[in-house]
Amino acid sequence: MTTTLPVYSKKDFQTDQEVRWCPGCGDYAILSAVQSVFPELGIPKEKFVVVSGIGCSSRFPYYMNTYGFHTIHGRAPAVATGLKITRPDLEVWVATGDGDALSIGGNHTIHMMRRNVGLKVLLFNNKIYGLTKGQYSPTSEMGKKAKSTPYGSVDRPFNPLSLALGAEATFVARSVDVFQPHLKATLKRAAAHQGTAFIEILQNCNIFNDGAWENLTERDVRDDHTIAVEHGQPLVFGKNKDKGIRMKGIELEVVALGGGIGEKDLIVHDERHPNPAYAFLLSRMDGTPGFPTPLGVLRAVDAPRYEAGINDQLRQAVEKKGRGDLAQLLQAGDTWQVR
Amino acid sequence: MATTEALPRKKETLEQAVIRFAGDSGDGMQITGSQFTNTAAVFGNDLATFPDFPAEIRAPAGTLPGVSGFQINFSSRDVYTPGDAVDVLVAMNPAALATNVGDLKPGGILIVNVDNFKEVDLKKAQARSNPLEDHSLDGYRVFPVELTKLTRLALRDLGLDAKSMDRCKNFFALGMCYWLYNRPMDHTYKWLDEKFGGKPVLAEANKIAMKAGYAYCDATEAFQVRYEVPAAKLEPGLYRNISGNTALALGFVAAARKAGLPLFQGSYPITPASDILHELSMYKEFGVVTFQAEDEIAAVTSAIGAAYGGALAITTTSGPGMALKMEAIGLAIAVELPIVVCDIQRGGPSTGLPTKTEQADLFQALFGRNSEAPIPILAAATPGDCFWMALEASRIAIKYMVPVIVLSDGYLANGAEPWKIPTLAELPEIPVRFRSDPEGFMPYLRDAATLARPWAVPGTPGLEHRIGGLEKQDVTGNVNYEPLNHERMVRLRAAKVAAVVQDVPEVVPAGDAEGDLLLVGWGSTYGSITAAVRAQRARGRKIGHVHLRHLNPLPRNLGEVLKRYRKVVVPEMNMGQLVWVLRAKYLLDAEGFNKIQGKPFKQSEIEAKIERALTEIR
Repeated sequence: MTTTLPVYSKKDFQTDQEVRWCPGCGDYAILSAVQSVFPELGIPKEKFVVVSGIGCSSRFPYYMNTYGFHTIHGRAPAVATGLKITRPDLEVWVATGDGDALSIGGNHTIHMMRRNVGLKVLLFNNKIYGLTKGQYSPTSEMGKKAKSTPYGSVDRPFNPLSLALGAEATFVARSVDVFQPHLKATLKRAAAHQGTAFIEILQNCNIFNDGAWENLTERDVRDDHTIAVEHGQPLVFGKNKDKGIRMKGIELEVVALGGGIGEKDLIVHDERHPNPAYAFLLSRMDGTPGFPTPLGVLRAVDAPRYEAGINDQLRQAVEKKGRGDLAQLLQAGDTWQVR
Repeated sequence: MATTEALPRKKETLEQAVIRFAGDSGDGMQITGSQFTNTAAVFGNDLATFPDFPAEIRAPAGTLPGVSGFQINFSSRDVYTPGDAVDVLVAMNPAALATNVGDLKPGGILIVNVDNFKEVDLKKAQARSNPLEDHSLDGYRVFPVELTKLTRLALRDLGLDAKSMDRCKNFFALGMCYWLYNRPMDHTYKWLDEKFGGKPVLAEANKIAMKAGYAYCDATEAFQVRYEVPAAKLEPGLYRNISGNTALALGFVAAARKAGLPLFQGSYPITPASDILHELSMYKEFGVVTFQAEDEIAAVTSAIGAAYGGALAITTTSGPGMALKMEAIGLAIAVELPIVVCDIQRGGPSTGLPTKTEQADLFQALFGRNSEAPIPILAAATPGDCFWMALEASRIAIKYMVPVIVLSDGYLANGAEPWKIPTLAELPEIPVRFRSDPEGFMPYLRDAATLARPWAVPGTPGLEHRIGGLEKQDVTGNVNYEPLNHERMVRLRAAKVAAVVQDVPEVVPAGDAEGDLLLVGWGSTYGSITAAVRAQRARGRKIGHVHLRHLNPLPRNLGEVLKRYRKVVVPEMNMGQLVWVLRAKYLLDAEGFNKIQGKPFKQSEIEAKIERALTEIR
């Protein structure tokens, strides 16, 4: 029997619910990108599940015409893990934010990645708490003046990519709400990945942290301040493609191309490098003066998936012992007959 | 020794006997006790056990906090408790003697390992003098045995090091008890062969030690009497010995099979609940998934995710873990998904007494969540009852689309009793209907009788919908903050839980159906209350006993039953939680009787309370 998949359009993934994000919020762009990409994946609509925690980003499932579960603060990865283990046939996407995933839900986030559960994770990073109206977040820069830190924050931020790589996530990428083609391409890559696919999406909160990423997104500076890494391509960036990155000892170094330095001297991006240390070095370029912020797929490697491991054990047990016999189980061990 | 003729001994037949093995946590007392228990069970005695061990894995050897004990009460009649006082105490060192001798009956048998009563051992146990010499044990029949020395002697030809030989001395003591109660050793032989399959020399060593202990009693004149405890007259059927945690695990496997669903357990290791995780992790051929989560919150939320996907999902924990799970249980209440949460209670607050029992969490189960969040609560009464509670909780959860809490405790979890194995036909049906028809589908359109919403699992074409913790509009399930809708939803969720009462059997008091005094209990106090009520009724008192297995909703006729007695007493191993509920709900002057010592009630304690209460109403 062959079943033909209905042809979907973006509209099929939109709900009748009024979207309640603030006008101008970066979340709209992310929603639009996801709604554009899902119809192209060749997956029946009913197989998609979007699971979220709490926060502005976590309202996401209400606006996706798929199965959706808006859970509690920080716990989306754990809910999604339970779902994916029991239902490996589903395409489970997690929508989360910097506070949800890295603060209250930090534990679940790292354990999901170390287990390599087959989930796609969209981390909307706006470096602020939006839904609680403007406190600093675990990705806010040091010294951040926000509602709860009138004298400036004194804690160091997490770098989400470094954190994901530290947990040895098998797919680690970054994109930006306003870079639509790049975002869509990255979403597609994540969709194709087996195992946890972690995408940090730089997202603007125009109410509480407007312009947090403008240093990376404004047309006149973005090419000098970002580098879109691509597998097999040398690390070149700059408006005039005149800068590159090479190794210097165990550090990276930005070099100007020309004058004897060419692409051959540069690092050729290898997203499949088995050692996460390489991608980690790339992630550490963030905020280092003179270095660009990396975008794109930093790491994409194959590793056993958690839910596959669990379900393989079940299958093997049945192959070896036969399907469990309940009557036998109840009568196991020492028994005696009373007459 | 081998050729010594057995001396003729007097044989005495007893109705019941209580033995306690006490030693260092490293002395293998739990294994020794379990072996005696299984042998007694297979022999056909009714029995109850009470393992009592420290929270530390190996407290400093020989010290008072390091003492581990295992008590078994076995009988030719019905047994309800592990026994108030001990007939035979095996004490492996001075610390074990000091902490346990108080429970030995006057004239009781005391077997001590004299090899462990040197000055240094006495000092570790903070003993000011040697109890074997200071006449403090004069009221007991003391049998000083060189357990260590005799065990080494018996094993001298096996080529084992001293440490390995000394590890067998508990089996020497076990052999002595087998002789004393005229028990066969073949059950333990078999167990040793299985346990030490890869190391036959260790199986052999323990067998030799056990046989040596048996032969020692046979050959020496130490014991003049051997005892017989005949088999009990249990209801006909096939039996096994079962602990509460094993019974819960098996109950959930059975429930999943009856429901035709995979079983998912999310759990984080915690005493005294971990054994459920260990047990279920073995049953992969039954389609059982055990997920050892990163924390208690992930344990319950993963279960919610699994239930969302259409599995029978459970999470198992104890008090502190329960506290961590509460927000998620509230989510399950809001999204109306069926999960079962097992709380194997222990002493608290905070870390409290991890290995000691307490009926600590009825309030937590009833009231531990934010806002109006009622939930069905069941409580197992005996270790074997845990099996039935697992099935019943699963059935209610699925039928009403609601999370259900099952309360057990450390005493039920680790205690064991003979359990009549049910046939598959005796198991309740657990019908499951996943919604598949898109026609007229609404995520919160309720069944008229149960108020349950449909279980519409992801992957079903045409039923795509969103659920979440935000308040939902009645019927559509869309996010909704309207005042009247909220009140309606709060009342609907409560009405659904209240409707579970249609599945709660009416209470029928044990003993007198009306009279002077009613004892109301729940959970693991069942044994002590039952034994006390029987003993007191045998003396002509007009007493009834109601033991609640459903704590929310309460049985329909409970209020009426409570009013049939002149006085109501509620024994609980807490400060009075059920009694508080009964007083509030039925405006009744019920009286609490409370013990908060990490130990179950003794039958005598309840009897004394009954006598006081009866005096007061005269």
